[in-house]
Amino acid sequence: MRELTYLEAVREAMSQEMRQNEDVFILGEDIGVYGGAFGVTRGMIEEFGPERIRNTPISEAAISGTAVGAALTGMRPILELQFSDFITIAMDNMVNQAAKIRYMYGGKGKVPMVLRTPAGSGTGAAAQHSQSLEAWMAHIPGLKVVQPSTAYDAKGLLKAAIDDDNPVIFYEHKLCYKTKSDVPEEQYSIPLGKADIKREGKDVTIVATAIMVHKSLEAAAELEKEGISVEVIDPRTLVPLDTETIIESVKKTSRLVVVHEAVKRGGFGGEIASVIAESEAFDYLDAPIKRLGGKSVPIPYNPELEKAAIPGVDDIIAAVKETVNRL
Amino acid sequence: MTQKVNLPPRVNQKDLVNLYKQMWLIRFFEEKVDEFFAKGMIHGTTHLAVGQEASAVGAIAVLEDRDKITSTHRGHGHCIAKGAEVNGMMAELFGRTTGYCKGKGGSMHIADVEKGNLGANGIVGGGFAIATGAALTSQMKKEGFVVLCFFGDGASNEGSFHEALNLASIWKLPVVFVCENNQYGMSGPAKEMMNIENIAQRGQSYGIPGKVVDGNDIFDVMNGVGEAVDRARNGEGPSIVEAKTYRWKGHSKSDAKKYRTREEEKEWRLKDPIERMRLVLVQEGILTEEAAEKIKAEAKDEVEASVEFAADSPHPSLDDLMEDIYA
Repeated sequence: MRELTYLEAVREAMSQEMRQNEDVFILGEDIGVYGGAFGVTRGMIEEFGPERIRNTPISEAAISGTAVGAALTGMRPILELQFSDFITIAMDNMVNQAAKIRYMYGGKGKVPMVLRTPAGSGTGAAAQHSQSLEAWMAHIPGLKVVQPSTAYDAKGLLKAAIDDDNPVIFYEHKLCYKTKSDVPEEQYSIPLGKADIKREGKDVTIVATAIMVHKSLEAAAELEKEGISVEVIDPRTLVPLDTETIIESVKKTSRLVVVHEAVKRGGFGGEIASVIAESEAFDYLDAPIKRLGGKSVPIPYNPELEKAAIPGVDDIIAAVKETVNRL
Repeated sequence: MTQKVNLPPRVNQKDLVNLYKQMWLIRFFEEKVDEFFAKGMIHGTTHLAVGQEASAVGAIAVLEDRDKITSTHRGHGHCIAKGAEVNGMMAELFGRTTGYCKGKGGSMHIADVEKGNLGANGIVGGGFAIATGAALTSQMKKEGFVVLCFFGDGASNEGSFHEALNLASIWKLPVVFVCENNQYGMSGPAKEMMNIENIAQRGQSYGIPGKVVDGNDIFDVMNGVGEAVDRARNGEGPSIVEAKTYRWKGHSKSDAKKYRTREEEKEWRLKDPIERMRLVLVQEGILTEEAAEKIKAEAKDEVEASVEFAADSPHPSLDDLMEDIYA
C-alpha cells in the first residue's frame, strides 16, 4: 500500500469528500493560494475554486459563527483555525452556539461542522501557538472531540467527522503532520468512539493521545528489551470515548499509565484515570494509576525548556517502570 | 391627530390588518408573561419587547416565507412576527413538552428552524455570525433567501458585530442587520456606551449602507428594511437598518429602572407603535374603529387560549433530560 503523510491524509480526506458532496466547503485564514499555515489545503483552491476554499479575514469569531450558521441551514463546513490556541476567540460559537443549539431547540436543527486545527508544542512557536486545549472542548456536552495520531487514522476519522451531523473539533498535532503510514487510496471511515490498540502487550497499559502515542510506542519498544510488555491504546476520540477498550486492557494488564501533552492539571488524563477508578477494572489494579502530562507552565520558547515542559520518552519509560515495580 | 403616511409598496390591506393583529399578539403575550413572572408562576427570566412591536413586525413583514431570521434574548416579538404559534411559545415558557423547544430552551432560545426562525440567542451578539453563515448558505446553494439579523444597541459593541459585518460585506451576503435601538443595554444608556449618534453609521466602516428609521412607526420600518432586503436579494450585499425604539418594561424581570426617568418612559409611551398603526389604518379607511377593537379582542383571546394550552400540556419526563444532545 502507498504511504502518505498525516498532512496529505487530512488533505485527501477533505478533497475526496468535496468531490462527492457539494455541501462540503472549507473556510479559514490563508487557506487559499497560500495553502494554510501548515500547507494542509495546498492545491485545493486550484481544484475547488475560491467559493469552496474560502479565504477569510482574520476574524475567528466571525468565521466560527459563520460555520455554525451555514451548518444550521444545510451546508457541511470545515473550519480551519490556524492554531488551536485561537479557539479562545472562536469559543463562544463553539461552546455557547454550536454545542447547544440542538438541545436548546428541543432536538430541532443540527450543526454538522468540523473545526480542524493544529495543536501542540515542539515547533518553537512559544506560549500562544503551542497549547493542547482539548480538555476544554471535551468538557462541553454537544461537541465531539477527535485527536488522531497517524495518517491512516486522520483520513478515516476526518471522513467520519465530516459525515457526522454534530459539531466536531478535530485536533491535528503539528509534529504528526510529517509522520507517515499506509493509507488506502479509497475513502474509508473510522467510527468516532472506537479506540485503537496500537501495540498489544500484557504487563502495562498506556493510554496516550496524539504525539504521545508515538512517544509511547518508542518507550514500549525500549521496555520490551527489558522484558516489559506494554500495551499502547490510542483513544483517537475523546468524545465519544471508547471506555470499553481501555477497561478491558487494564483488566488484562492490571496497570495503567496515561500520557498526554496537555497540562496534567485538569487534563483529559484525569478523566481516563477516573473511568478506570470507577469501573470493574479498579479491582484488577496492581499499582496506582500514573498520569503523565505537561507541566503547569506556558510553553516556553527555548528548545530545551520547551521539551522539558511536556513528557518525553524517558519519562514514559520511567513511569512504566515505576508502575511495574510497585508490586 | 393625523400623520403623513408613506404606505409601503407590495403590501395589501389584508396583510396590514394581519400585521396589526400580530402587534397586539405580541403586546398581550408579553403582558401575560410579565404577569406570570410577577406572580412567580413561571421560573427563570425573560426579556419583554413591549413597546418594540413595530420593529419586529415591520421588519419581518417585508420578508418572503423562505427568508430567515436570527433573534435576540428579547425575541418573543420576532417569533410571533415570523409566524410562530403563541401556544407553542407559551408552552415553552411553561417548560412543557408542547413548547417550541420541548421545554428545554425557555424564553431565550425559542426557535423554529424549519420555518426560518434560526433562534433567539442568550448571548448578546451571538446572532451576527450565525446570520452571516445562513446567508452564505443562501449564496452558495443559490437558494435566494435573505436573512434578517436582529440585534440591540448593546450588541453593536461586541466584537462579533464588527467581524461579521466585515465578512458579510466582503462576500456580499444577503443579510440585513436590523438594530432595535431601545436606548439601553441592561442599564447602560447607548449614549454613554458609544461615541456616535447612530449605530447605522457603523456601516460606513464596512462599506455597507446604514439607515435610521423610526422604530415605532411600522411603515417606516417596512420601507427601510424593505429597501435593504431588496438590495440583499439582488446580490448587492448587506445593510444596517437602525430602528429607534424603546422598551417599556425593565431589562428583565427584576429591574428597578434606576437608570432612567419615569418622565422619559411616559414620553415614549405616547409614541405607542400599536396606537400609531391603528390611527393610520383607520385614517386610510383600511379598518373601522369597531374592526380594530375586534382584532384586539381576538389577539387577547388567542393569548388567553395559549395559557390554557400551556397549563394543560405535559411536563417533560426525566427520561427526556438526556435526549437531543447529539443528532
